Amino acid sequence: MEAFTTHTGRAVPLRRSNVDTDQIIPAHWLKKVTRDGFEDGLFEAWRKDPEFVLNRPEREGATVLVAGPDFGTGSSREHAVWALQNYGFKAVISSRFADIFRGNSLKNGLLTVVLPQETVDALWELTEADPTAEVTVDLERRKVLAAGIDADFELDENARWRLLNGLDDISLTLQNEADIAAYEAARPSFKPRTITA
Amino acid sequence: MGRTLAEKVWDDHVVRRAEGEPDLLFIDLHLLHEVTSPQAFDGLRQNGRQVRRLDLTIATEDHNTPTLDIDKPIADPVSRAQLETLRKNCAEFGVRLHPLGDVEQGVVHVVGPQLGLTQPGTTVVCGDSHTSTHGAFGALAFGIGTSQVEHVLATQTLPLARPKTMAITVDGELPEDVTAKDLILAIIAKIGTGGGQGYILEYRGSAIEKLSMEARMTICNMSIEAGARAGMIAPDETTFAYLKGRAHAPEGEDWDAAVAYWKTLRTDEDAVFDAEVVIDAAELAPFVTWGTNPGQGAPLSARVPDPASYEDASERLAAEKALEYMGLTAGQPLRDITVDTVFVGSCTNGRIEDLRNAAELLKGRKVADGVRMLVVPGSVRVALQAVEEGLDKVFKEAGAEWRHAGCSMCLGMNPDQLAPGERSASTSNRNFEGRQGKGGRTHLVSPQVAAATAVLGHLASPADLSDVATTAGV
Repeated sequence: MEAFTTHTGRAVPLRRSNVDTDQIIPAHWLKKVTRDGFEDGLFEAWRKDPEFVLNRPEREGATVLVAGPDFGTGSSREHAVWALQNYGFKAVISSRFADIFRGNSLKNGLLTVVLPQETVDALWELTEADPTAEVTVDLERRKVLAAGIDADFELDENARWRLLNGLDDISLTLQNEADIAAYEAARPSFKPRTITA
Repeated sequence: MGRTLAEKVWDDHVVRRAEGEPDLLFIDLHLLHEVTSPQAFDGLRQNGRQVRRLDLTIATEDHNTPTLDIDKPIADPVSRAQLETLRKNCAEFGVRLHPLGDVEQGVVHVVGPQLGLTQPGTTVVCGDSHTSTHGAFGALAFGIGTSQVEHVLATQTLPLARPKTMAITVDGELPEDVTAKDLILAIIAKIGTGGGQGYILEYRGSAIEKLSMEARMTICNMSIEAGARAGMIAPDETTFAYLKGRAHAPEGEDWDAAVAYWKTLRTDEDAVFDAEVVIDAAELAPFVTWGTNPGQGAPLSARVPDPASYEDASERLAAEKALEYMGLTAGQPLRDITVDTVFVGSCTNGRIEDLRNAAELLKGRKVADGVRMLVVPGSVRVALQAVEEGLDKVFKEAGAEWRHAGCSMCLGMNPDQLAPGERSASTSNRNFEGRQGKGGRTHLVSPQVAAATAVLGHLASPADLSDVATTAGV
């Protein structure tokens, strides 16, 4: 995984709540068997509208998505994270994320930042008024900074450490091989098996 | 202090617990399907890793599979390639697979329980958010992303922070014609699509205890629609009776040992939930959605709400956008909404009891002119059982299409889709924009409401059918 320390970029204000993962990447894109090439599927239905914020020329090259509450609800598809990253997003800011989406994001180095809705409102107003306004998401200091905005955010220490160092979860877990083997040895015999020996 | 059901199952699966780290949890059962696994198998290959526990892993094909002409090559080359990728991966790594055409094939969340693999007190994961279904057995079951699929394949564990717990207590008697689907839609409307975020839900109370396993699965299935990764129901005699004799249920001494353990899986009297919601079953009615998220629902007897009635600005905007997308007008009675398509099936309502409930209302009646009704069993086993009971005949005689097993119209990944502007009454779980096909409009309903709607051509409850004569038994 790519490490995330700090990022500064222009923002896309997305004034929508309950942006589900079917909107982020529609199901027919899920037939692909790779982790790349999803950028054209990102918000596919909404992008048919030339006025949709992502289609505006002034948003080209923006890397921070600022969305309404309950972002990433619904399907567990990690393709939603890949689509956002393939398009160029480095961070998503919302007042509330769906659990599975947030977990998937952190596994891929897409930073999800939870801020109070008032701060999201302020970011919307700032970046709508001035599309060139830059937003900094600083994971080392756990801060979001923009003109007139200095907001702290929470992220548990373990997740932050993994992101800052771009650590691979599977390698970390495999360091506990002895614990896993010990647990397996003690499992009751009545537990189900898909293949009978 | 006592512990909740969720806490007991969690604690029994902790492989490693250390200060400042998420718990490392052991996974008892890993279900795979074609959509969310290819990139995970690629990851194993790139790192020279194997599947750690083939005996705790099983795969089936469901999202892409057509429900017609299943003996012919799959027409869409991209869908076909994805299914072939799963077959190749399962063969290469040695994973048990039930492909299209196999008698154990079906929607992954129907297959696990019917094989008896889903058991109380187990941890179950799958790269699919509706894995919450398996919580109906008192399992801790939740959807995961593809990176986590790879993690479980490689290690049979997952590092996870323990969620909070929420009790959803439903006491009293459900009125006639009010089903588990109506109950869960009402719960989601009450707590909202983010209400369960960060929690494991436990459904409890006398109304829950009376439900069949199929009905319990319908409820736990849609926990994710309330934002909760997992929903659970304490195992009881209903659970044990469902499992006894199934292919992978324990036998002999193992059965006795298992039941003794399963009986301990109840929330202790003195346990404390982090949140509690109480629902009076007697106040519920058949429930449908009018909007584009599962929390935008109302009793069938109500009217389409006026967005202006929402105090919260973001809810008001969401309602405005939903009415625009759905082509509805504030104040319109929900019963006046006509549909083009009725879909009975999915991991929410594609089990035998769901088909029986729909068939009972369709018997001797006809699907309304201009309405297309698809009945899609959740698995091949469900289909075979339905045929044995003659349900397929009832559906066909009523004018419905009887299809092969799969996810079908629940999501637009296979040929069963709505055309732009088409409107459905669907027993599935998501009414998101475009979920059932680009531009399609979805109303989530129970199998009973689906059947009544098919006959009358507009959203309707079983009671509305009392004026419609049947030819059965005349």
